[in-house]
Amino acid sequence: MSDTNDMNGASGMNETKFGEYGGQYVPEVLMPAIEELQSAYERYVLENEDGFMDEFRRHLRDFGGRPTPLQRADALSERYDREVYLKREDLLHGGAHKLNNALGQVLLAKYMGKERIVAETGAGQHGTATAMAASYLDIDCEVFMGRTDINRQRPNVFRMRTHDAEVNPVDVGSGTLKEAINETMRDWATNVEDTHYVIGSVVGPHPFPKMVRDFQSVISEEAREQIRKKAGRLPDSVVACAGGGSNTMGAFHNFVDDAEPRSANRSSGHGPRDDESVSLFAVEAGGSGLTIDEDEGVAPHSASLSSGQDGVLHGARTKLLQSGDGQILESHSVSAGLDYSGVGPELAHLVETGRVTPVNVGDDAALEAFHRLSKLEGIIPALESSHAVAYLERAAQRAADGSSGHDQRDEADELGDLVIVNVSGRGDKDLDTVIEESAKRGIDAAPSMEVFE
Amino acid sequence: MSELEAAFADEPALIPYVVAGDPGIEETKEYVRALVRGGADVIELGLPFSEPIADGPTIQNAIQRALSGGMTPDDYLELVSGLDVDVPVVCMTYYNLIYQYGGREAQRASERSSGGTPRDEEGVEAFVSAAADAGVSGLIVPDLPVEESGPLRLACDEYGLDLVFIIAPTTTDRRKRRITEQASGFVYVQARMGTTGAQADVSGDTHDSLARLAESDLPKAVGFGVSAGEHAREIVSAGADGVVVGSALVDIVASGENVAERLESKAAELKSGAREGEQEIPEPERTSN
Ligand SMILES: Cc1ncc(COP(=O)(O)O)c(C=O)c1O
Repeated sequence: MSDTNDMNGASGMNETKFGEYGGQYVPEVLMPAIEELQSAYERYVLENEDGFMDEFRRHLRDFGGRPTPLQRADALSERYDREVYLKREDLLHGGAHKLNNALGQVLLAKYMGKERIVAETGAGQHGTATAMAASYLDIDCEVFMGRTDINRQRPNVFRMRTHDAEVNPVDVGSGTLKEAINETMRDWATNVEDTHYVIGSVVGPHPFPKMVRDFQSVISEEAREQIRKKAGRLPDSVVACAGGGSNTMGAFHNFVDDAEPRSANRSSGHGPRDDESVSLFAVEAGGSGLTIDEDEGVAPHSASLSSGQDGVLHGARTKLLQSGDGQILESHSVSAGLDYSGVGPELAHLVETGRVTPVNVGDDAALEAFHRLSKLEGIIPALESSHAVAYLERAAQRAADGSSGHDQRDEADELGDLVIVNVSGRGDKDLDTVIEESAKRGIDAAPSMEVFE
Repeated sequence: MSELEAAFADEPALIPYVVAGDPGIEETKEYVRALVRGGADVIELGLPFSEPIADGPTIQNAIQRALSGGMTPDDYLELVSGLDVDVPVVCMTYYNLIYQYGGREAQRASERSSGGTPRDEEGVEAFVSAAADAGVSGLIVPDLPVEESGPLRLACDEYGLDLVFIIAPTTTDRRKRRITEQASGFVYVQARMGTTGAQADVSGDTHDSLARLAESDLPKAVGFGVSAGEHAREIVSAGADGVVVGSALVDIVASGENVAERLESKAAELKSGAREGEQEIPEPERTSN
C-alpha cells in the first residue's frame, strides 16, 4: 500500500495511523473539530472539491513564487567530489518552506468558514508564514511563541506584528516550541467553534500529519522532475533536516516509494546500487551531545528519531525524548526550529521500517556549515537547514577516515554520486545567534566582525 | 455496581481534585483526609504529567510544583495505597504516563523477543494492574478519546477499574452514544469550552449537556470551573449526580495558608450546596437514578 494511492481516494482514507504511529490523542472537546477537519481534508485536499487544490496551487505560484529552483552547487560538488544539488526553499516567499503549509491551511480554514486562526511557532518561520498568509487571505491570526524563542528570533516577531498578527508569549517551561504547542491547543480547545489551528509541522493528531505532508510534498514533486531534467535520473539520496519533519516529509514524499528498505546487514555486503533507489536522510539536531540528564529533565539535543522512545505527545503516538517514567524532556538545539522533543509520526514509521535513515549533526558542525554555504555558494542558510548541509561534510570526513572501519566508509558511500539537499530556509533570522554563538564557540569558519570595532 | 457508581447512590457526590505531590506527598495525604472530613465522596487525584494540555494555568502550576518535588508514577501509587480513607480514588492523568509505565522493561522484553517496539497493551496493562493493587478505583485520561481507548478499556475490564470519559459541550449526539457505551463509573460532563480553571458562574452549556445525557444510566458529574457551593447547588438542581471541583481547591493548596482547614470547609460548603440542589429537584426525577 502506498500513501500516493491513499491520496487518490482509494482504500485507507480513514486510516489515522502510519503503522503503529500517529492517531488522535486529544481531549474530547477537540474531537468534533478534528472530525470536521478530517472531512474537509478529504473533500478539499484529496478530492479537490470546489477547486480547492487549483486555488492553492495558484496562490503558491503567484504569491509564493513557486516553483523554487533546484540548483547545482558547484563549489560543494567539487568539494565533496559528487553532484550536489540544492532545493532552494529559502527562495520561497517569506524565506522558508513553511509557507507551503501555511497557505494551504489558511485557505482551508476559509473554505471551512472559520473566522480566526491560531498557530504556534518555534523559530518564528511558521508564525511568519501564517501571518503572511492570513494577511493575504484576510483572516484574523494569533500566534503563540515561547519566551526563549521570542528572544532569539526577534526579527520574526517584528515580521509577524507587521502583518498585524497578535504574538502571545508563552512563559512556562523552557519557553520553546513544545510549550507553544501546548498553549495553542488550549486556545483551540476554548475557541474551536470559529477557530482553525494551523499546526506548523507534520505533527499533531490525524489528519494534520498527512495534510501538512501533502501541502509540503510540492517540494519533492518539483525536485523529482527537476533532477530528472538536469541530471537525467533520480538522485541517490535526499538529505533534509528534521525538527517536526515538515520540510523533511515534503522533500521525501515523492521519493518514498523509490527508497529501498535497508536490511540490517546491507552495509556489510555493499552491492552495486540499484539505479532507481533513493536513500533518504533525516538530519536531526545533535545539539551539544546525545546524553540525557534525566534528573534535570533535559536532553542536550533534539534527536527524537535517532534516540527517542515511543510515546504519546501532542495528539500522536511517535518517537519522543522522555524520561523512563514518560515525562517529556526539554530538548536543545542552537536552531530554534529543530528544538522539539517529538517528531512527525510518519517519519517515526519510515525510520522504524528502514526507509528513512536518521542521522544527527551537532551545534558546532551546523554553525560551520552555515558559514561554509554562505562563503562558498553565496547562500545564507537557516540554522535548521545548516544541519542538512553539515551532513555532507560529516559524510565526507567519514569517507576520508574510512580506513578505520568498514561501517564508516559505507555510511559515507550511502550518499551516493547524486545528492539533493533541501535548503529549507534562509538564515537572515539567525544572524544574531550565529554571530554570538560562533564567537562564543570559536568557530573557525566564522568571519571576523572587527569592522564594527 | 462498582465502588465509583456506589459513591453516587445515596446523595449527590462531591468529587474534589488535587494534584498528588503538590507540594509534597505527606501534604497530599493530609489534604485528602481533610477533603473527606469535609464531605468528599470520591477523591480525584492527579498524577502529574509534564504536558497537561487539558489544564489551565492553576493546575499547570500545581503539576509543575509536584514534578519539581520529584513526584513519579511509583510514588503516586505508593501514596494511594497508603491513604487511610474509605472513599474511592480516581486517578486523573495523561496517556503517555500510562503507556510508558514499566516501559523500559517492556521495551527490553519485546526487543528480545520480537525485535519490534513495545505494543500499547504492555505498558497499559502494567499500569492498570499496579493501580488496581494500589487501590485505585478508576481512571480519567483527558487526552484519550474513545477512538484510542481500546487497550486501556480492556485492561480496566480485566483488573476491575472504571474508565471515566469526558463529554464536552462540542460532543455530538453520535459521539455521545459511543462514549456512554465505553464509559463506566460515571460520565464526566465538561461544563464549558477550554481547559480547567475556576469560574464565577455556571455555563449554559452545562444545562444543555445534562439534558442530552438524561437517558444515560451512568451517574453524571459536572466539572471544569465549579468553585462555590452555589455552583454545586445549581448543577445538582439541573440534574447532575455529582460535582468535580479542582482549580478552586488547588488555589487553596497554592496559598500555603491553613490549607487543610480551608480545604475541609470548602468541601463542606460544596457538599451542602449539592444537597440543597437535590432538594430543588421535583420528587419523581430524584429517584429516577
Ligand atoms: C527553515 C526551517 N527549516 C526547518 C524547520 C524545521 O521544521 P520541520 O522539521 O517541520 O521542517 C524550521 C522550523 O521552524 C525552519 O524554519
